[in-house]
Amino acid sequence: MSEQIKIVEDATCTFCGCVCDDIELTVDTEKKCITKAKNACVLGRAWFSEHGVADYPEALIGGKEATVDEAVEEAVDILLEARFPIIYGMSDTTCEAQRQIVAIADYLRANIDTTTSVCHGPSGIAFQGVGESTATLGEIKNRADLVMYWGCNPAEAHPRHFVRYAVSAKGMYTPNGKKDRTVVMFDVRSTQSTPVADIFVKVNPGKDFEVLWALRALVKGRTIDAAIEERTGVSLETLQDLVERMKSCRFGVLFFGMGLTMTRGRHFNSGALLALAADLNEFTHFVAKPSRGHGNVTGADNVVSWQTGYPFGVNFNRGYPRFNPGEFTTVDLLSRGDADAACIIASDPAANFPRKAIENLKKIPVITFDPKPTVTSQLARVAFTTATYGINVAGTAYRMDDVPIPLRPAFESPYPSDEEVLIKIKKRILERKNH
Amino acid sequence: MADALRIVGGTVYDPINGIDGDIRDICIENGKIVDTVKEDAKQLDASGMVVMPGGVDMHCHIAGSKVNLARKFQPEDHRGDVHPSTRYTRSGTGGVVPSTFATGYRYATLGYTTAMEAAIPPLGARHVVEELNDTPIIDKGFYILLGNNVFLYQLLEQKRYDDLRQAVAWWLNASKAYTIKLVNPGSDEAWKGKKNQNVKDIDEKIHFFDITPREVIKALIDVANDLGLPHPAHIHCNNLGHSGNYRTTLETMKTADGRRVHITHIQFHSYGGEVGKNPTSAAKAISDYINTHPNISADVGQVMFGKSTIMTGDAPLAWMLRNVTGGHTKWINADTECESGCGILPFSYQQHIYTHALQWAVGLELFLLADDPWRMVLSTDHPNGGSFMNYPRLIRLLMDYEFRKEQAALANQKAIDSTGLLDLKREYTMQEIAIITRAGPARLLGLADKGHLGVGADADITIYDDKADQETMFSAARYVIKDGHLFISDHEFCADHEGRILHVAPQYDAAIEGAIKPFFSDYYTIQFNNYPVDEHYIHNHQIIPTSASA
Repeated sequence: MSEQIKIVEDATCTFCGCVCDDIELTVDTEKKCITKAKNACVLGRAWFSEHGVADYPEALIGGKEATVDEAVEEAVDILLEARFPIIYGMSDTTCEAQRQIVAIADYLRANIDTTTSVCHGPSGIAFQGVGESTATLGEIKNRADLVMYWGCNPAEAHPRHFVRYAVSAKGMYTPNGKKDRTVVMFDVRSTQSTPVADIFVKVNPGKDFEVLWALRALVKGRTIDAAIEERTGVSLETLQDLVERMKSCRFGVLFFGMGLTMTRGRHFNSGALLALAADLNEFTHFVAKPSRGHGNVTGADNVVSWQTGYPFGVNFNRGYPRFNPGEFTTVDLLSRGDADAACIIASDPAANFPRKAIENLKKIPVITFDPKPTVTSQLARVAFTTATYGINVAGTAYRMDDVPIPLRPAFESPYPSDEEVLIKIKKRILERKNH
Repeated sequence: MADALRIVGGTVYDPINGIDGDIRDICIENGKIVDTVKEDAKQLDASGMVVMPGGVDMHCHIAGSKVNLARKFQPEDHRGDVHPSTRYTRSGTGGVVPSTFATGYRYATLGYTTAMEAAIPPLGARHVVEELNDTPIIDKGFYILLGNNVFLYQLLEQKRYDDLRQAVAWWLNASKAYTIKLVNPGSDEAWKGKKNQNVKDIDEKIHFFDITPREVIKALIDVANDLGLPHPAHIHCNNLGHSGNYRTTLETMKTADGRRVHITHIQFHSYGGEVGKNPTSAAKAISDYINTHPNISADVGQVMFGKSTIMTGDAPLAWMLRNVTGGHTKWINADTECESGCGILPFSYQQHIYTHALQWAVGLELFLLADDPWRMVLSTDHPNGGSFMNYPRLIRLLMDYEFRKEQAALANQKAIDSTGLLDLKREYTMQEIAIITRAGPARLLGLADKGHLGVGADADITIYDDKADQETMFSAARYVIKDGHLFISDHEFCADHEGRILHVAPQYDAAIEGAIKPFFSDYYTIQFNNYPVDEHYIHNHQIIPTSASA
């Protein structure tokens, strides 16, 4: 092996919430790219191969090349002048950077929100109402004999979920892997994940809440009318059979995704599912787990929660954190035109937010942090090119089940990390405020 | 480092050095207490004030994944108790589970300078270190949950006692922890593996294992002593909360067989009566045993009326409490693979409820019956028994018999009368308070440089106004000094400060990794190499040495 090529073992992939940390990277240290990512899934391989070192300017102000320090000063100008600055994103960067972001929001008395608010935010809200019976993924691997997926498509969104954690994974009390398990999928249509299921339950679109509530009722020994089938597409017999399996399993788990959080009912859907899992503990050991999307959205949740007391949609205008989804969540703030400056870190809202929100985003000065040009960075007043977390930058990421995992960078980047630039901004804000 | 400072004319309580209310100067330089300082050194006039070492809380739940879940799921707990930023300090929210900055600042406001997070699964060590790094002012450490560790169970089953000791030492190093914690040993296997069962009898085999909880308890007590850890195995006994559980507690203490052990929040483990019926007080039986067995230490785990949050590694306990409310309370259960479990729910203790009033009385009885306050120290198992912000009120209850009587009269009389509380007229002295809130915990933790004001001690000093109402007095220190830096002056924050993480690093034979690694491959979902917390997470830290086997 030439000196040019290096192997990084136990590397962590941060594409999705699986945060697999068993990746073996083959790195060309001269060309500064990753040529192989052993054990990575299709998403992970794309993640590792697409993040090399391109020739972008380290910073842009108004589309023109600038130094990092110049851009920091311009960004601080914008943030200090604004009356309602907002900070959004955070889910694709390290916890170390996330902590700096909250600090900046605190000093600026700004609004801070993470991508949770367009993803599992409803699950977070439901969690505050119901709680959650849950487990780390190793418990699923070792013990779960009934695995249910509701409104999510792991084959495409979390490709190694089946193999590493929940279906074919072999564990202490599941030595035969899939043979020791029954897999149930709930969805409004067949997906790439459906073939994995032993039982596929097709639910009428927008009727998940009714099905969940009927299951809860049956678990508690209530009667359900057969007319449920017409409303939901799921027959009473199917529901009764499912309830029997859930009550008699040894260790059950319900994973769920956007099919519940982003359809009719939203946090009511998540809440119904979490309540169902809680109720089942009267009969057996039952847990639930939201399938988190981005690599470190769980980290963002954790960091914002421990520093402020609230997970997302936090506002510091009065000098202390306040929480109100709908009021302080970013889509809503932008759609109403409340924000007069925006700092977007590790996300691309201009590419996926509702139209009104994007229109208003275009009207205000925007600062972005991203390793690559994005739709958002291209409309930004100040754009920083930063190094990629997990590939160039060390730090911590939290897996979907709240397990914190260290990152093992493959090669160095000429660009600063998000954390480094954020610290510069934070220091300048403090210097200029205390002047 | 800090300038030289002379604290002049304060009334000093320093039990470890036998100073009991003398008026004397305390000198500080470079973060430590020194014999004297130069003539022209800065002075702080403490005349008329009470000077004590900074408080040491040896059992609280302030950081980590369990605490963060509890914090995240109670926004209603924070709304009414905001914590605004100041020129020097970050903002946050309070309530019973405050955000990390608020936690550090509020402990400091009470005059505490060290706190130990009581229960962390090693898989979550990285998380607790991150949160502790965001908990300002105080020095801190944490205990790792090993009493339900599956790999250790396998070693114990196979009678590989040497390997067990090496593995525990490895685990303490890998997680940067302070000592070994046991919570309801044996219960996780029943909870997770046997459809939510629990351990009832410490001599019954653990589900799917050929060992008993008592054997786990004995083994870990021995390992902690053999490794010479500064603080011994720290045990949350089986059967917490159940009527008649004092017998389990006595059996657990007997298992120590003369070796050091610490029984935590012992109030919850001091009930008589029969299972299924109302509990009664067994404080006398427990107290008698501890008074006559100097190898045992305890913290009380006092219950205080008002809001609390149950957050415990004892998952079956939380489930039981959730069902007591008919299942109408929100509830969290969180299993950690191969290591532990946890349960969380919002709670409150109400004066009129028999059991709550009994618990309140039992805790006070344990304090008042203690012959040796060095071994029965103050805690509320924050936030399980109530917030640490209740400590000043608890201090007043101990020092002021009339106040105690008044408060007892407001509580369920049947419960109060069933205990011996009102016959105990003892009033704690200021010196005894200094023992149970600083000197005692520091000594039990083996922190030689804390909890006292002798030369060489860390300059962690609290100065209180001397007030007749002890609750007011202890609610807000006038001056607080940490590592020789003044950061609360005239009741206001005048600086921020980052404390240290205190941890142990017992020696171990690296060969044990060869045994642990395959277990990780098979049963964990994190790579063995990614599991240990590396040095860069603990940039501000101090290793507390182990001693020769105790």
